Amino acid sequence: MNIIVVGVNHKTAPVEIREKLAFNEKHVEDSLRKLVEYTHLSESVILSTCNRVEIYARAHHKEMGIENIKSFICGFHGLERTQVDEYLYSYANEETVEHLFKVTASLDSMVVGEPQILGQVKEAYSTARSLRATGMLLNQLFERAFTAAKKVRAETSIAENAVSISYAAVELAKKIFDRLDDKAVMLVGAGEMSELAARHLVSNGVKVVMVSNRTFDRAVELARELKGNAIRFENFPDELERTDIVICSTAAPHFIIKKEDVEAALHRRKNQPMFFIDIAVPRNIDPAVNDIENAYLYDIDDLEGVIESNKREREKEAQKAMSIVKKEVDQFLHWMDTLDAVPTIVALRERVEKIRIDEMEKTFSKWSGLTDKERLAIDNMSAAMFNKFLHTPIVSLKKQTESKDGHWYLKVVKDLFNLD
Amino acid sequence: MQEKLFIIALFCYLISSVKYFLYLAFRRKLLFIVANSSVAAGFVVHTAGLVMRSIQTGQGPYTSGYEYTLFFSWAIILVYLIVEIRYRIQDFGSFVVPMGFLLLVYSLTLPSETVAANPAIKLSLTLHRTLSFLGYSAFALAFGAGIMYLLQERQLKSKKFGPLFYRLPSLEVIDDINHKLVAFGFPVFSIGFITGSMLALKGKGSFFSWQLSTLPLMVTWIIYGGLFTGRIAVGLRRKKAAVWAIIGFLSVMATYFLHVY
Repeated sequence: MNIIVVGVNHKTAPVEIREKLAFNEKHVEDSLRKLVEYTHLSESVILSTCNRVEIYARAHHKEMGIENIKSFICGFHGLERTQVDEYLYSYANEETVEHLFKVTASLDSMVVGEPQILGQVKEAYSTARSLRATGMLLNQLFERAFTAAKKVRAETSIAENAVSISYAAVELAKKIFDRLDDKAVMLVGAGEMSELAARHLVSNGVKVVMVSNRTFDRAVELARELKGNAIRFENFPDELERTDIVICSTAAPHFIIKKEDVEAALHRRKNQPMFFIDIAVPRNIDPAVNDIENAYLYDIDDLEGVIESNKREREKEAQKAMSIVKKEVDQFLHWMDTLDAVPTIVALRERVEKIRIDEMEKTFSKWSGLTDKERLAIDNMSAAMFNKFLHTPIVSLKKQTESKDGHWYLKVVKDLFNLD
Repeated sequence: MQEKLFIIALFCYLISSVKYFLYLAFRRKLLFIVANSSVAAGFVVHTAGLVMRSIQTGQGPYTSGYEYTLFFSWAIILVYLIVEIRYRIQDFGSFVVPMGFLLLVYSLTLPSETVAANPAIKLSLTLHRTLSFLGYSAFALAFGAGIMYLLQERQLKSKKFGPLFYRLPSLEVIDDINHKLVAFGFPVFSIGFITGSMLALKGKGSFFSWQLSTLPLMVTWIIYGGLFTGRIAVGLRRKKAAVWAIIGFLSVMATYFLHVY
């Protein structure tokens, strides 16, 4: 009994290859049926996202199973093995488990900690499950992977810190202000990036939006989209005192917000803090604004810096996450061990053999006058008797452990004969 | 017996302080739960100790440095628990519980014999000390909030983010709690201050007993009065308020130690 995976991801294959290997929803059903028909495969799950295509399966034979999947992938997509072999990776057992747990916990993602992958894995699993392509082993494997992912999410802050400019702006705003729903944002210059940042702020609660632009029509247009007010460009400095967050992105070659402007505005708003985001190049806001108390100015490089430190924070969290994943993997492997029939059979034979030898020796010690030949005959007879007796249960035990409820058979045998 | 209770409370606060710091660093939920429950357990034991002491002496724990240091520590934890239950300020415990712990340690180094209170002023003394220490406790927490504010503000201004940046709450939340603590602490402390002055008037015939400890007490009152009224009047908030809360508490500690000696 082996768990194997064959696949490609963003690290091993360029998008041209990944798109060729992708399985869309319609294909999945068909593919899962075909997969299970391969001699060495029993259960399977197909995970196909834009960054990875992976097929998980239960295989009776490790190498043959991997071969089966590879030839299935090529056959299905009409590709030659030589075209894809260099991009495909494959793992078995422990490595497969660790790989899936990492994927599900978003530790193998392009952006570590991104939240979509868990949903995608769940989707892939439930599709396979509803088609009865999975059994006891993969069911347990995926359930455990979800548990591990949830643990990672709950115990680390791997997904907490922004890794894009516009999210970083929102995140910083939330460190300066607690609530955003009573704050006002003003866009000076209606660029694409400032629009995106404004949208994030609005979806995080900001209700008052003002848009100012040199071309007034554009300001009106964007203000309508954001359900805000348009302000004539020459009037925007008057609005500063009513603004908590200013996003600047004009094409002006000089500073359009100066230190004095901000000082005056802050004075009028009784030192209620202001947050300035300057994503224009060349910069639109005098850097000296950051020296004013209760004014916080971030330019594009500062925001990049924030993202860098967020990424480092995520890496750190990823290490913590790895140790959680490792623990979960160990637990799963331990559970898998209990499924293996061989140690139980060996223990059963040993137990029976010990009884036989003990009893034989007791008999021989009381019964003097036996010749060696007679002793040998008794020895052989008792061995044959026990072997015959054990033969049927052992065969059916082996057979049952391959089935869905196999681990119960093992448990019953262990309990009945007090093995372990 | 009470000493034993105080020592148990001491260990609870120590465990709690350590766990809060570990939580700040490692963000394990369990650490937070342990920290919270040990501070609560410590508080219960601490309360029991104070009650036993009061029954034994027949008066509130207000007459010796030993007693009111015990009480001060208790009041800090009390106000902290209220703030924690009511507002749930992330990681506030790391900045506050160690203060309660250190004061308790300090109290156990002081002589513990009973000083009988003058029965004539027993009630007003009780009122004076209770209110003063509740006020001081609120100021102690505001001090902790002030430190938090400065740490967070520095990171936002310098744009260099340490791990603390991710842990501490927003500036607005810290400023708000600072404000609430002063808004509670100052009136309470003022009433305590006035009853104290009246006691002095009764006892020594002058409105202020001009001891060495009176000057910092006045300074303390002026600082918090400024902080209390300045927020609305002149926009004394945010960083300035945090700095004032820190300076104010240093003045509280000066007053306090002059009083104890």
